[in-house]
Amino acid sequence: MSSAPKAARVNIATAFKRALFAAIVAFGLFSLLLGARTHTGANGALFLSGRPDLLAIVVGIVFAGALLRELIIGERSISLAAYVPEAVRERARVLPALAAPALLAFALAAPIIFYNNRYMLDLGIMILTYVMLGWGLNIVVGLAGLLDLGYVAFYAVGAYSYALLAEHFGFSFWICLPLAGILASFWGIILGFPVLRLRGDYLAIVTMAFGEIIRLVLLNWQALTHGPDGISGIPRPSFFGLPFNNAPGGFAQTFGLQYSFTHRIVFLYYLILVLALITNFVTIRLRRLPIGRAWEALREDEIACRSLGINTTNTKLTAFATGAMFAGFAGSFFATRQGFISPESFTFTESAMVLAIVVLGGMGSQIGVAVAAAVMLGGFEFFREFAQFRMLVFGLAMVLIMIWRPRGLVATRTPTIFLQGPKEVGADVVRRARAKSWSWRRARHD
Amino acid sequence: MEYFLQQLINGVTLGAIYGLIAIGYTMVYGIIGMINFAHGDIFMVGAFVALIAFLALVALGVTAVPLALFLVLLIAMAVTALYGWTVERIAYRPLRRSFRLAPLISAIGMSIALENFVQVAQGARVKPLPPLIPGGYTLMHDGGFAVRLSNVQIIVVVTTVVLMGIFSWLVARTRLGRDMRACEQDLKMASLLGVDVNRTISYTFVIGAALAAVAGIMHLLYYGVIDFYIGFIAGVKAFTAAVLGGIGSLPGAMVGGLLIGLIETFWSAYFSIEYKDVAAFSILVIVLIFLPTGILGRPEVEKV
Repeated sequence: MSSAPKAARVNIATAFKRALFAAIVAFGLFSLLLGARTHTGANGALFLSGRPDLLAIVVGIVFAGALLRELIIGERSISLAAYVPEAVRERARVLPALAAPALLAFALAAPIIFYNNRYMLDLGIMILTYVMLGWGLNIVVGLAGLLDLGYVAFYAVGAYSYALLAEHFGFSFWICLPLAGILASFWGIILGFPVLRLRGDYLAIVTMAFGEIIRLVLLNWQALTHGPDGISGIPRPSFFGLPFNNAPGGFAQTFGLQYSFTHRIVFLYYLILVLALITNFVTIRLRRLPIGRAWEALREDEIACRSLGINTTNTKLTAFATGAMFAGFAGSFFATRQGFISPESFTFTESAMVLAIVVLGGMGSQIGVAVAAAVMLGGFEFFREFAQFRMLVFGLAMVLIMIWRPRGLVATRTPTIFLQGPKEVGADVVRRARAKSWSWRRARHD
Repeated sequence: MEYFLQQLINGVTLGAIYGLIAIGYTMVYGIIGMINFAHGDIFMVGAFVALIAFLALVALGVTAVPLALFLVLLIAMAVTALYGWTVERIAYRPLRRSFRLAPLISAIGMSIALENFVQVAQGARVKPLPPLIPGGYTLMHDGGFAVRLSNVQIIVVVTTVVLMGIFSWLVARTRLGRDMRACEQDLKMASLLGVDVNRTISYTFVIGAALAAVAGIMHLLYYGVIDFYIGFIAGVKAFTAAVLGGIGSLPGAMVGGLLIGLIETFWSAYFSIEYKDVAAFSILVIVLIFLPTGILGRPEVEKV
């Protein structure tokens, strides 16, 4: 059992001074933006109202927080893990291995448990959609280390592919699902081919710009997409050809069941579950292939990869296209589930949310992403009245995670192969190696 | 011809605003090699601080517009600079030695947080402000079309030119500017030679944020309406301007800003106004692919 770090002597006067400084900064930051509120008056002109109480509370919290931080942590850098006994940590290590089957079992059983609870089923479908998007983005961000801020663009491509193909050609969901994935990954390649030569941070901006371009085109190309009105009446999926209705030849009558609206919801639930699991399965398999190894290597050090002869552009392109393909699948599922899509559903906020899920779950960790999606979306559904704070919390959480646990809050995933650090090479090792090579060379001469 | 001249005036005004924001991007990129994703939102915060400060001054009885505007300028620059400083201190400094994507993700988080903080604190509705500086000049009159140069446009361009002058002097002639240029060349070497790197980086963020605040005030005066989302679009365009001019280059940021302002205005005037943002974003993609060093930038040397 490792002992907790020794408490360093805390200088109370210094701590107080620093906390006061933090409070003054907080006052400067919030006095106008939080202490005053703009309202629109009856004549359309703006007027202000003061909120000194709120300002005082926030500044007080900052002061107290800074004081506590100074007194407890001070100058030391501590990790909470040091306080956890070794035995507990040992057990915690096997927890992820148990968590995955448990979660899967729960996910499979959920429609049976909540059969009569439409609300829970809808929530489950939403969470699973984000789990799938998270896993798809995880290939790009978590494995290949490419920051994609326009992921929602591929989601939109998938959704609009299905909606438009169904509207104009009457294609069914099962034909459109693979088509949507293929089209989305084509878009991934079209976008990726020119921009993947760029450095990581440029890539982030370009993908973000691309996401906006797609959204603006969807919004303004009225003739094709109906613009802001969106596309409605998108056909619902059938049970492999059997529609979910009360007519002869429908799902209920074919199997001799009492017709129920819930059948379709449960079917949609399992559909997205299967799609998500396929995403997960493909990712897990891919990462054992040379291409998966190359992705991980690329994430760790791009220059080293290039030096070792990996074609970085092609490697990135495959990651990008694979991620886009799964977003396309998820998009066409979204379209068939909603029955209505409009550009409103594909804003930058959506990309940011999926990215937040991947970051919080631990980039590269499959189970972490699933847990993060479930916890965050479930949590926000639970605290409904705080819905407006959702993105604020996501944003701050992304900053804090990067500072405290940059490899993810829920789980961490280190590369499959990892260099632990520079190895110490002692004089004796060198001497032995020299001697060996010397004897070898002599042996050749003889 | 008259129509063209009018668009030229509008484009230069818009370009001045973009240029001021672009300086913040290019300075930070030059020194710590990172895209300060939250800079667009700092600009938005500047606009909101200016709006609230103006309303507060009016409520306090300061009704003389020039005096009020001057005070608003000072307040907005100070408060926004504080935001810039805090963002760097909280979100970027602890990550300077972290892995490659960490500062970028942190910056995106900060951008989302700032945007939603303003939305929660001030509401999502657009905030209108009646025109404060009326009037202008008619330069040319031909048939039905008059070329107008409004006083706001004159103020925007003159302020930008003055600020650019001050800023260039700061970088070229002062101790701080020398430190900044040293940090830009080699962070580690500069610190070995006695430059306080942390302080220099902090000042960089402070100056960038203050300039963004001025841009925010100009946006407020020029368009007369702001909302919490303006930072996103303006941020991407200003970043495009920085890339187009050559990221890391200060004159490049101004040239790029001017070009982006002109392109956007002419595109809206002669092609379609719906696709003006698409045009700006497409330029970003095209420039990054075909001219990654920009117009005035230096080729980037990759260091291991």
